[in-house]
Order: sequence, then C-alpha cells, then structure tokens
Amino acid sequence: MSRSLTSHLSAWVLLVLAVVGASCLSIRFGAASLGTLEVIDALLGGGSPTDRFIVRELRLPRTLLGILVGGGLALAGGVFQALLRNPLAEPYILGISGGSAAGAVLLLSLGWVTATSWALPLGAFAGAGLAILLVFGVALSADRRLDVRVLLLAGVVVGAFFSACIAVILTLSDAPTVRSAVLWMMGSLSGASWRSVGVVASYTLPTALVLVALARPLNLMAIGEETASHLGTEVERVKRIAYAVASLIAAAGVAFSGIIGFVGLIVPHAVRLVVGSDHRQLLPLSFLAGATFLVLADLLARLVLAPVEIPVGAITALLGVPFFLLLLRRSLRA
Amino acid sequence: MNFRTRDLVVRYRKGAPAALSRVAMAAEPGSVFAVLGPNGSGKSTLMRALLRTVVRDSGEIHVGGRSIDDWSRRELSRTIGAVAQTEVISFPLSVRELVSMGRYPHLSPLRSEGPADREAVERALERCEAEELSAREVGTLSGGELQRVRIARALAQEPRALILDEPTASLDIHHEMAILRLLRRSADDGMTVVLITHELNLAARFADRLLLLDRGRVAATGSPAEVLREEVLEEVYRWRLRVREDPEVGRLTVTPLD
Repeated sequence: MSRSLTSHLSAWVLLVLAVVGASCLSIRFGAASLGTLEVIDALLGGGSPTDRFIVRELRLPRTLLGILVGGGLALAGGVFQALLRNPLAEPYILGISGGSAAGAVLLLSLGWVTATSWALPLGAFAGAGLAILLVFGVALSADRRLDVRVLLLAGVVVGAFFSACIAVILTLSDAPTVRSAVLWMMGSLSGASWRSVGVVASYTLPTALVLVALARPLNLMAIGEETASHLGTEVERVKRIAYAVASLIAAAGVAFSGIIGFVGLIVPHAVRLVVGSDHRQLLPLSFLAGATFLVLADLLARLVLAPVEIPVGAITALLGVPFFLLLLRRSLRA
Repeated sequence: MNFRTRDLVVRYRKGAPAALSRVAMAAEPGSVFAVLGPNGSGKSTLMRALLRTVVRDSGEIHVGGRSIDDWSRRELSRTIGAVAQTEVISFPLSVRELVSMGRYPHLSPLRSEGPADREAVERALERCEAEELSAREVGTLSGGELQRVRIARALAQEPRALILDEPTASLDIHHEMAILRLLRRSADDGMTVVLITHELNLAARFADRLLLLDRGRVAATGSPAEVLREEVLEEVYRWRLRVREDPEVGRLTVTPLD
C-alpha cells in the first residue's frame, strides 16, 4: 500500500503520547489520595513504606498490566476481524471467554482457590486452552482446510456449551462464590502484581510481534483467501499461526484480568476509521489505542465510586459505546 | 511460461464425482487460450488447479516446464497474475491500495514498496483505464469498475502469465473491448493468457486456442474453427445454434436459434 509510515506519523505520535499520558494518570491517581510529589517520591524509592507499596506494588504493575491486556486484546481483535472477514469478530470469538470463565468459576466454586489466588489464572487459562483445542479440533476434522465458517460456528457453539456449564456450577454454589465469580467474569485489573505483569509481558510481547509481522498477508486475507493465495500467501499456514497466536494472547489477558469485553471489538474499528485498513498500521496502532483505552477505563473503574471498584468491563462498554458512535457518525458524514 | 496438463483429475471431496476428469491442455506464451463450457463444466476448477489453490487427485500440471508442485507459492504469484470470478472486500480500501496489493509478491518484510513498485501500479491503472478511480473507495465502485481495478491489480504483479475467470462479465461494450484488446496485446507481447469465459463469440474473436469443457471432460480443443462447430456446441449446450463467419470482423460467430 502506498500509504507510508510517515503519512500516519501524527497518529503514531498521538497514540504513543496517549499511552504515556494515560499511564501517568493511572499512577498518579487512585483510591488512596497521594499528592504528585508523594507519588514521584515513592516511585524513586523514597516516601513512607505505605506510599511506596501503593505506587510501586499496586499502581505501577496495574498500569502495565492494563497496557499489555488492553493492547493485546485490541491487536487480537484486529487480527480476528481480518481473518474472519467479519467486522463483528472479537478476541473471544473462538469460545475463549466461555472456556476461561468456566475454568475460573469451577475453581472458585469448588473452594480450591480464592479470587486472589495465583491458581485462578491457571484455571482460566486452562479453560481457554481447552476451548481453543475443541474449536480447532472440530474445524479441522471436517476438512484438510481450516474453514472460516466452521471455525466461527464451532467457536459460538463451544462458547455456549461452557456458558451452560457456568450456569450449572453457579446454581450449585453459595452466594459469596457467585458474587466473586460474577465479578471475575466482568473483568478487573485488580489482581495485577509484578509476577502477573512478567508472565503476561513475556507472553504477549513476542506473540504481538508475530502478528504485526503477519500484517501484509493479513491485508490479503481480508480481501479473500483465494485472492490472497494468488498473491503469494500460504493461506493455511498464515491462518493457523494467526488464529493460534491471537487466541493465546486473548487467553493470557483473560487469565489475569477476567473477561474485559469491548476493547477487542471496538478499538480496531476506531483505529480503522482513522488510518484505514492497512494492517501494517492498523495492528500496532490498535495495540497502542487498546492500551490507552484500558488504562483509562481502569482508572475510572477505581475512581468513580472509590473505594469501591466498578468492573472495568462495564467501564469499557460505558465509555466505548458513545465514543465509537461519535466516531462512526463523523466518518459517515465525511 | 506455458501451462500444460495431462490426465488431470480433480475432486473436491473424496468419493465425490470428478470436477475435472482426464483433462489435457496446453497454453503457450504469446497466445490467448480460452476455456469454454456450460455452467458447472469445470472451468473455474481448471483455473484453481493451474494456480494450485485446489489439490489435484491425479495427473500432471506443468508450469513453465516444471511440475507445479516444485513451485513455491511466492514464485507462482510472481509469475502468474490471476483474477478470480468473485471477491468480497469487507473493509474500506482505496483503489490504489487494492491495486498496490499486486506488488506484494515482490515485497518482503525487509523490502517495502519503492518507486518501481509505484510505477508498476500507475502503469497498470492506466492500462485498465482506471487512473481516475485511484482515489475512490473500493466499496463505491460499480461492478464493472471493480472488475477493471482487479485486472489492474493482476497487471501490477507484472506477471508472465495471466489467468482470468470471466473478466468481462460485468463490463459495458467499451470496457469489454478495451480489456480484451489489452489481453490480446499482452499475449502478442509474449504473455500467456488463459481466459475463462462464457462468451463464445469473444473467444472466437480474441483467442488462438480453445478448450471446450463439458461436465469436467474435454469436449473439444483446438483452433476456433476446430472447436466452434455446430454439432459439437449443440451437444454440449443442448441448444440449437448456428455458427457463421461474421463478414465485418472475419471471425466465427455463434447464434443460438429460437
């Protein structure tokens, strides 16, 4: 495509600044009222132990987790939309949300773990992994080729199956378990720690690079598999790698932060409205935009009813819908 | 860059009836090779087999003297420009962006578009009379305009062979003739052009060799005079028709009778 990096330079600069700005706000503000100087002091290793703990062990990892999960979800969403040639595609579409929630809810209701345990992400990740395997298993058993329609159907059906499992498990659980399960399912970054940041980062960053490197074949896939193959794409290979990698990014995000809807669906669209459909621009810019969006949403989730936290998944929808409708209206007028 | 097949058999599923059965064909550089036949006779399947987007059951396909299995996907895409029958574009793209995708086979993660690529795109747009469309969004094009843009994308590949499936199906007379003359000239310049079409008269006018398929089998092949014979066509199309030479253009024309 003829559009070069420089023609979208302003979008790049703006979004990098946005990520940095959102992160600063997210570290500066929180339930505990600290002044700017106290926050800077604590960041540099001074101040009271409580301040240091709040800034360095709570707010900083939480912000970083927001960047990774938000960016990862938006990136994965953009990739799914290209692969499925469906603007309604989102990162959880292959049954990942249902699978991970079933895994997490099962562990919670069996009383094996509490909502803050390190084992909860493992359970959620295992559930997501199981869902992915089931969906791929069904889609590949039909034919030698990965059929997009079969994949989409299998994803929806496997998701529905796990939702039914969740309903059964929750019916048999006591009220506190139901409450923590429901809160988990609505998504939150409150479980962030340096360990979870480390795990998600070592997982999301390399896979994100793989997806960005696939941008050119994805441009072709978005105009149809047959044409993509005429233009030199190993369609089956690209599909398998991209589905697997994007699903794993979504699964890692879900494992540590629950099901945060909307970021992966809307952010790629918003970016597409501004910079067009070239995935070489669209994918990295979606990562930046998704990171900004989730960090800001999480900040609001902490502040609006502080000290009570609203699930960030609710904020992403409450904020994202009007913003997106505005953008959509503007682009239709232009 | 010739295409040759021998005993080519293609099935879409195991045990399904053969979509192509023992097909032999040879399309040579410097010529237009037209593939004809009723709906469902295997024309598009032959195109897919020649581009290796469908796996054959048995038989041989040679491209440029080499078995098609020895070609990498990328090599094929640098050599053969293809325009399939349909294409669904789900996201907004400009015409220039779509045509620029024709350069992808020549790019790599380390090599992005240069001036030569942009020139190839401009040249292709011009040859398809699509320069004035270049800033338009693809979704706003008419069927015929989109078709010209897709042909421009195949030309932007700067291939040595072209395979086109019903390229002029939605074009008006002016653009139909312009595209067919363009294909004819490309062939005269040494390209191999494989043209899949329903239009017997256009095939008679622009093609050097014809292949008439009927339910996956070769019903006739050869020069227009050898293939476009009343008794052959009437059996394949199950309709009475008349074949005459048109005094105006000096080519055979086929007219279905009442």
